Amino acid sequence: MTTRSPILSLRRIQKSYGPIKVLHGVDLDIYPGEVVALLGENGAGKSTLSNIISGTVQPSAGEMTWLGRTYAPADPRAAMDEGVGMIHQELKLLPKLSIAENVFVGRYPMKAGRIDRKAMEDRARSGLHRLGLDISPDRLVEGLSTGKQQLIEIAKALTLNARLLILDEPTAALGGEESQLLFQQIEWLKSEGVGIIYISHRLEEIRQIADRIVVMRDGAKVQEFESGDVPIRTIVEAMVGRSLERMFPALPVPTDQVTLEVRNLSSPSNAFRDISFSVRRGEVFGIAGLMGAGRTELVRAISGADPISGGEVLLHGRSVTPRSPIDAIRNGIVLVPEDRKLQGVVLDHSIAENIAYANLREISRGGWVSSRRIQLFAEDCIKKFGVKGRGGQNAGELSGGNQQKVVLAKWLARKPQVVVLDEPTRGIDVGARSSIYDLIIDLAREGVTVIVVSSDLEEVLGVSSRILVMAQGRQAGILNREDANDVSVMELATI
Amino acid sequence: MRAAVQEKQGTAVRQLPSLRGATGPLIGLIVLCLFLTFATDKFLSLRNFLNVLDQITVLGVMAVGMTFVILIGGIDLAVGSVMALAMMVLGYLNVVAGVPMGLAIPLALAAASLNGLIAGLLITRFNVPAFIATLAMMSISRGVANMITDGQQIIGFPAWFNMMAIVRFGGFVTLTVAVMIAVFILGLLYQRYRHGGRVLYAIGGNAEVARLAGINVQRATVLVYVVCSFLAGLSGMVLAARLDSVQPSSGVSYELDAIAAVVIGGTSLSGGTGGIGGTIIGVLIIGVLRNGLNLLSVSPFMQQVIIGAVIVLAVTAETYRKRK
Repeated sequence: MTTRSPILSLRRIQKSYGPIKVLHGVDLDIYPGEVVALLGENGAGKSTLSNIISGTVQPSAGEMTWLGRTYAPADPRAAMDEGVGMIHQELKLLPKLSIAENVFVGRYPMKAGRIDRKAMEDRARSGLHRLGLDISPDRLVEGLSTGKQQLIEIAKALTLNARLLILDEPTAALGGEESQLLFQQIEWLKSEGVGIIYISHRLEEIRQIADRIVVMRDGAKVQEFESGDVPIRTIVEAMVGRSLERMFPALPVPTDQVTLEVRNLSSPSNAFRDISFSVRRGEVFGIAGLMGAGRTELVRAISGADPISGGEVLLHGRSVTPRSPIDAIRNGIVLVPEDRKLQGVVLDHSIAENIAYANLREISRGGWVSSRRIQLFAEDCIKKFGVKGRGGQNAGELSGGNQQKVVLAKWLARKPQVVVLDEPTRGIDVGARSSIYDLIIDLAREGVTVIVVSSDLEEVLGVSSRILVMAQGRQAGILNREDANDVSVMELATI
Repeated sequence: MRAAVQEKQGTAVRQLPSLRGATGPLIGLIVLCLFLTFATDKFLSLRNFLNVLDQITVLGVMAVGMTFVILIGGIDLAVGSVMALAMMVLGYLNVVAGVPMGLAIPLALAAASLNGLIAGLLITRFNVPAFIATLAMMSISRGVANMITDGQQIIGFPAWFNMMAIVRFGGFVTLTVAVMIAVFILGLLYQRYRHGGRVLYAIGGNAEVARLAGINVQRATVLVYVVCSFLAGLSGMVLAARLDSVQPSSGVSYELDAIAAVVIGGTSLSGGTGGIGGTIIGVLIIGVLRNGLNLLSVSPFMQQVIIGAVIVLAVTAETYRKRK
């Protein structure tokens, strides 16, 4: 497009975690004064790539060139010193410190061995001015709107004379007006010759600000558009693409009998609102949406783990709106949580103990339990549900797939009516996934009502007979299996 | 085949002492006893052993409650003050108000338990960190204990009360030692074989996992602090019997001794591992060490240094073993 030379060039960048390859040789050039939108589904490798550029993660292979020189930052500090600033999705400001202190944290201007507060505030003020922000730099960060905080992060990067800024989902927490303010600043930064990598799930805003679009999928760059003005549908098709077919077992035919009904359910934190659906006996019901769409909060509320502010949950027509996990479990609604290691199992306790924790009442006689009885109960579950391991083994020693089976086993022993699985195969290698799918389908076949939340579109499409798509806490629509495909789901999810 | 046999033996050996990681402290205790047997001529005798038991009663009873608290990942800094409060309530009711012991003791224990109830509710309902909630209760209960007599001690319990700590039934244990042994046994049984005891491991291991598994974490937490305070009160009854008097300055820094005994016994401060078995050994180590150092005429100041060193040794050995 121009004869200018790029400020940053990536060549054949690879990254592996153990045997798992997350980046397969990515090439990327960033020119001064342009906004490159980096797009892709969750797990496509966008974050890993930007972490490599900002020095948080080191590549396994490949090389980077920065302003004509070889570039291999050892840590974020080194990248910052070179002029690469990254603004993370979660803000990393210290609320109890002033704006100026936040801007200069860790590299305070010094004078005679002491912090030169005046120089610090002056330089912070000029940084804020450049962004058109009229706030005093000695004010505390606490209480500032998210949008303002976002701009302070950018001011922080600017005082470092950043030549390249990486913005990871900068508008995720912003309202419309704040977003527009941010876009103005981005335009201004462009005119100053700053290169910008812009990561976002909001496709409509990409058309507004991107000069170029790079789409990633499964750790590789799959397509590049030389303009930001590309139909959303085209982008989505590139994002979901066509990858290897995975093995999903045939779905059972659900009965006509409705087991679970959710009516106008809302959360107090507004993470989701006014959600209504019903699921039949023997049906696998999928829930899809982008990160932050409220899927996890919704299913956690249904299983009593998170609070509910309005609406109700009905089981066989009877209201069972849970106030705690205990309530839900008593009614036969169980949750396989999103974060296995923090919510699913106690890592340094044995498999047997982990299984027992959900079944202590059943195992004990008149309140008495013995290790032997726990062991016997667990061995039984381990055999029945195909966990590979011994009862005495620590859960932390197991593979992700087997840990997930432990979580399932502890619930299945209770013969639940509704099983809710949140990201059932996250962090589990592809080979072990199919055995989880088999378990899910088997459950449905036995007449259990199953809800599956997943960021992996292919997975939701593969196991669900209907799919609820959520977008920013709202119910964007429910698709039947016949109408559900990558594109229709993504279109609903990015509204 | 052979592997299977070994595996079986492995579990058998692991379950034989069934101390949940307290094998290290047990070895330490044995080494300590052997050393003192050869270093002094008075250590190895029934009389001295019974002395040691008498000396550890207060710490022993208190440390059982502290074990439960630490097992769920909590801490209770108030036990020393709660003990003093229970003692003062006992003295006031019995000596000043003339309430018979049969009623004064349960009331004193109830007063102690109330402290635990408040701490437990602060922690679960108002999300006050355990450290802060019990730090506050430590100050409050100490203050109340002092207010009862304006800082004065109370004497004049019935004669039989002191005899509980002196008369050795069947020439063997005093009633106070019997109380401690009963607490040990009940604690062990509860922790290992009761539904409610098992739950504590789940909560300490990961409270969120426990909650999602349908365990009533809040109720169990409150209960643990109530039991801990109750046992602190009970240790106060034991101390009152031993001293035949009560004073509001009793039990200062006892909470730290109790924590030390629990930690030496192999219970992790982060919760989820350890147990009463280890704590009993921890209490014995502290008791035997103090007794032995006295027999060796080591100064009390030096004793503090040595006990500090033992805490470091016990915990580093445990961490080192785990890392391996």
